[in-house]
Amino acid sequence: MLEVNGLVKRFGGFTAVNNVSFRVDQGEILGLIGPNGSGKSTIFNMLSGTLAPTAGSILFAGHEIAGLAPHRIINGGIGRTFQIPRPFRRLTIFENVALAGFYGQGRHSRIKAEEAAERSLAMVGLPTDRHASVDGLGAAGLKKLELAKALATAPKLLLADESLGGLDETEMDQAADMLRNIRDELGITIIWVEHIMGVLMRVVDRVMVLDHGEKISEGLPSAVAGDPRVIEVYLGTDAETTQAAAAEARRRAGG
Amino acid sequence: MMGQGRLAAWGLGLAALVALPFVYRDPYHLHILVLILIWSFAYTSWSMMGRFGLVSLGHGGFMGIGAYVTALLWNHLGLSPWIGIPISMGAAGALALIVGYPCFRFRITGHYFVLVTLALSGIVLQVITATRDYTGGSLGYTPNRTSGSKLLALQFDDKTTWYLIALGIWLFGIVVWHWVDRSMARYALEAISEDEDAAAAAGVDVTAEKLKITLLSALMTALAGAIYCQYQMFITPDTVSGIAVSLQMVFAAIVGGLFVSLGPTVGAIITILLAETLRIGFGTKAVGWDNLVYGVLLVLFIIFLPKGILGSLLDRLKPQRKVPRTNEQEAVQIARPGA
Repeated sequence: MLEVNGLVKRFGGFTAVNNVSFRVDQGEILGLIGPNGSGKSTIFNMLSGTLAPTAGSILFAGHEIAGLAPHRIINGGIGRTFQIPRPFRRLTIFENVALAGFYGQGRHSRIKAEEAAERSLAMVGLPTDRHASVDGLGAAGLKKLELAKALATAPKLLLADESLGGLDETEMDQAADMLRNIRDELGITIIWVEHIMGVLMRVVDRVMVLDHGEKISEGLPSAVAGDPRVIEVYLGTDAETTQAAAAEARRRAGG
Repeated sequence: MMGQGRLAAWGLGLAALVALPFVYRDPYHLHILVLILIWSFAYTSWSMMGRFGLVSLGHGGFMGIGAYVTALLWNHLGLSPWIGIPISMGAAGALALIVGYPCFRFRITGHYFVLVTLALSGIVLQVITATRDYTGGSLGYTPNRTSGSKLLALQFDDKTTWYLIALGIWLFGIVVWHWVDRSMARYALEAISEDEDAAAAAGVDVTAEKLKITLLSALMTALAGAIYCQYQMFITPDTVSGIAVSLQMVFAAIVGGLFVSLGPTVGAIITILLAETLRIGFGTKAVGWDNLVYGVLLVLFIIFLPKGILGSLLDRLKPQRKVPRTNEQEAVQIARPGA
């Protein structure tokens, strides 16, 4: 469904994403992990059209979408959430989602958009009351609103950007289950970017690991979790501390 | 979502407004009312985009084009305003697209957008002044009196006729305002004014939506200029174009209330009554004083009453009317001209 080949993004002299290729199959949940600054969000921004790639191709359902304007990509069937929720505070919760339902589906009918809004709000568990204000939502509620907005655009592929940051453990489990439900019930393919490895590993079918803009590992969650390169970069700080502690112990024993 | 009661109130108010010139015939007061209605329409046109944070100081330019193109086509080519007005609106619309497209495509927003439009206003004023062989320059311009059909020339001596025309135009502006307010385009434009990337991620074509509202606003403003010219039968660059006129639009819309349909109308009542009072009270000694008063009032309003007189009044009357729009203050803040 999605095929990415040789994707590159440079900002001046800095290469944020370097020659990354991957594919996502219909109905799959692909996890995308990596430390801060590894290029996850940059890849998302290129997939959703917020950034134009420096080089490379992005084939979605057989069409080249690299460098297209965001609204055209969204209308073509890709929905996205933002890492930090970006609600429209001048609109009500319902209007936020109805807007996405209207413009995200080619501006066909207002009634269809409002139905899509009701369905999406119900799916993520937000009230469908038309007058409820965004200001009443907490961190978890805002994340749900992000998801509802993305769902209202009727995506075939959902790009979920670190949707669990700032949630407690119960909320995280609920959110992970919700993504799985979205895939199972609506048949939406998902790419999920996340810092928190544990919850992600439980839900995804496959994982891809990025470091410094390059793909360093890809495969089943169990296999990737055991990959020494992944352990080194993803848990880099821990590994260093361990090594430093071991070296200190050796020095003392020797001296 | 207009309730039965509000619809009835609008109906009654309109009936009273239509009946007025047949009951009350004082020509001076009718003249003031016509001016208020025409300027209300111009201010409403400005607020169509101003309310979404698209603060334009270029609308004096659109108004000037509406007035001058219509008058020039009539005097030089003998083209009836019925054709001249659509042409002048088309010219203003084309200019709006030419200036708007690069601004929106390359994301020139906030203060920078204000500056670009300010230049637009200045350029139109300069062009009118510089082509004085055709436009009469700063001395002003008068459409030729018709010897034939008054209807074809859109020239009427009768104040009642003009009052009814101005009332119709004004009502048209209010209807368009409500039409936009109830459309999905309002959601999109509110979203754009808060966060362009997030709006695009919801599928909104940001550039196109901004261009559409700018075009609508420019077309309506040009119409206001043309009607003003036909009514006054005398225009100068300073009364229908340029930065002063643009500033006056911003001032009136903000003082009256940017976010309610009748706000710009309240603004027009205040500005025109103020200008007339100063003119009658102090005569030529007070030329330019109104601008001074506008300046002081504008600062006070932006600080203390960002929703304008009517907006704040309605909020006070019905606090549960709507979900509060928390970012309304922000939209007004970039409207601070000359600050």
